[in-house]
Amino acid sequence: MTPDPSFYETLEVVARDLYVKALQDIPTDVRGALSRGLEVEKGEGNATAFRILSTILENIHVADEQKTLVCQDTGLPVFRVAIGNRLSLDVPRLQESLRRGCERATAERPLRSNTVHPLTRKHTGTNTGQGIPIVKFSFVSDSDQIQIQMAPKGSGSENMSFLKMLNPSEGITGIKKFVLQCIFESGARPCPPMIVGVGIGGTSDVAMNLAKEASTFRHIGSRNSDPAVARLEEELLGAINQTGIGPQGLGGATTALALNIEWAHTHISQNPVAVNIQCWRGERAEVVVDGHGNTTWK
Amino acid sequence: MAEYILEAPLEEADVRKLKLEDTVLINGTIFGIRDATQIRIFDEGVEPPADLSGSVCLHTAPGVKKLPDGKYQKLSIGTTTSTRMDRFAPGLLEKYKVRAIVGKGGLLQGSLDAMHKFGAVYLAIVGGAAAIETCQIEEIEEVWWEDLMPECLWKFRVRNFGPLVVAMDSQGHSLYRDVQQRAAGKIAQLTFDELPDSPGCGTS
Repeated sequence: MTPDPSFYETLEVVARDLYVKALQDIPTDVRGALSRGLEVEKGEGNATAFRILSTILENIHVADEQKTLVCQDTGLPVFRVAIGNRLSLDVPRLQESLRRGCERATAERPLRSNTVHPLTRKHTGTNTGQGIPIVKFSFVSDSDQIQIQMAPKGSGSENMSFLKMLNPSEGITGIKKFVLQCIFESGARPCPPMIVGVGIGGTSDVAMNLAKEASTFRHIGSRNSDPAVARLEEELLGAINQTGIGPQGLGGATTALALNIEWAHTHISQNPVAVNIQCWRGERAEVVVDGHGNTTWK
Repeated sequence: MAEYILEAPLEEADVRKLKLEDTVLINGTIFGIRDATQIRIFDEGVEPPADLSGSVCLHTAPGVKKLPDGKYQKLSIGTTTSTRMDRFAPGLLEKYKVRAIVGKGGLLQGSLDAMHKFGAVYLAIVGGAAAIETCQIEEIEEVWWEDLMPECLWKFRVRNFGPLVVAMDSQGHSLYRDVQQRAAGKIAQLTFDELPDSPGCGTS
């Protein structure tokens, strides 16, 4: 179907509202994981960790009540768009709507703008620019809807990103050692407790993309559908939490809220592993839009 | 683990008594600084336009709105990772007599040594808790170097600012270092096996 004429204006408003919602309203699965972490720290008598998680949960509550931002970092806007195959979309117009939505959120809310030129460090002032917003597309069969997920990816955690082209002979052991090493090196900087995303396989850029999907768009409590990968998720999460790095890197049992892995097949001579970290806020917002512009917020 | 309410600017005795994992709340006035502010002071050699002696410096670039009268309204003020700005910290303590740095992520050994030598501490704020932090900042009293927006030199009046955890004290102790050392030990003890019934590695 061809969308209604007002569809792209609707998408612009949706993009604006997604950005603001993501910054103000922490997802339910993240809240639950933080609460569970609080109970664990209480049970283990980790007073500092307990105090930190209490403050985090109180902060989320204050943001709910006052309808303010949870954290001051408005991040870089990342959209993940799944397009139904029965929707005839003008994709460049869709991209423009997403970009305009980010600009409107920044101007109207207003939001701190973070986008700078990588060489001159000159601000654009709009949270948009060359390559920003970042938009990832996927395509869905038997659907006439568009699903949009938005994550304002914070920089403290994003700076803790890693890629290694391991040798196949290093095996799964090599993958585990590398992931633990990345977490150790990151320490307190990505605002633990964190959501760790691991990408395995593909080419190098695919591995990094998979890691981003795993850290930023997978829900806490979900498991990879491949049983071996799911086992690795569980094992790595346990190992990370045994390090005792804890909330804000000040010690405790809750270093990671989740560890998610996404994978792709890879070359016989490759063993790519990427790690991307999402901070405790796990910010994302989701909406489904049909061709008439009706929205269902998740 | 003691709890203190301190009035900023601080005296040396205020910080020398603090131990790791003590909790601090701050009343009074604090300064906000970030990368660009310190690049100007230390790399470009421009003297800070305010007296930082005895001060508490917060690592931040606040989200603000400029009002018609030239003052700034707070929108969202949080804290950024300190570790990037580690190389400036000893200078803040030695040259400008800053008594406490508030941030997240911590600082390194050189800064810890300077805290010991000059009498200062690192107070860890809960990173990302900007909703609370913004409430605790009562007013943006002054701002200098607006051309660096938002990485200006800011002066905030605060009330019950915290809870802040003493993460690096003035006696050479660092909670970050202790935690990392323990983590290194734990990781060394972990055994990394191939998963059972996995196809193994390489080609056969």
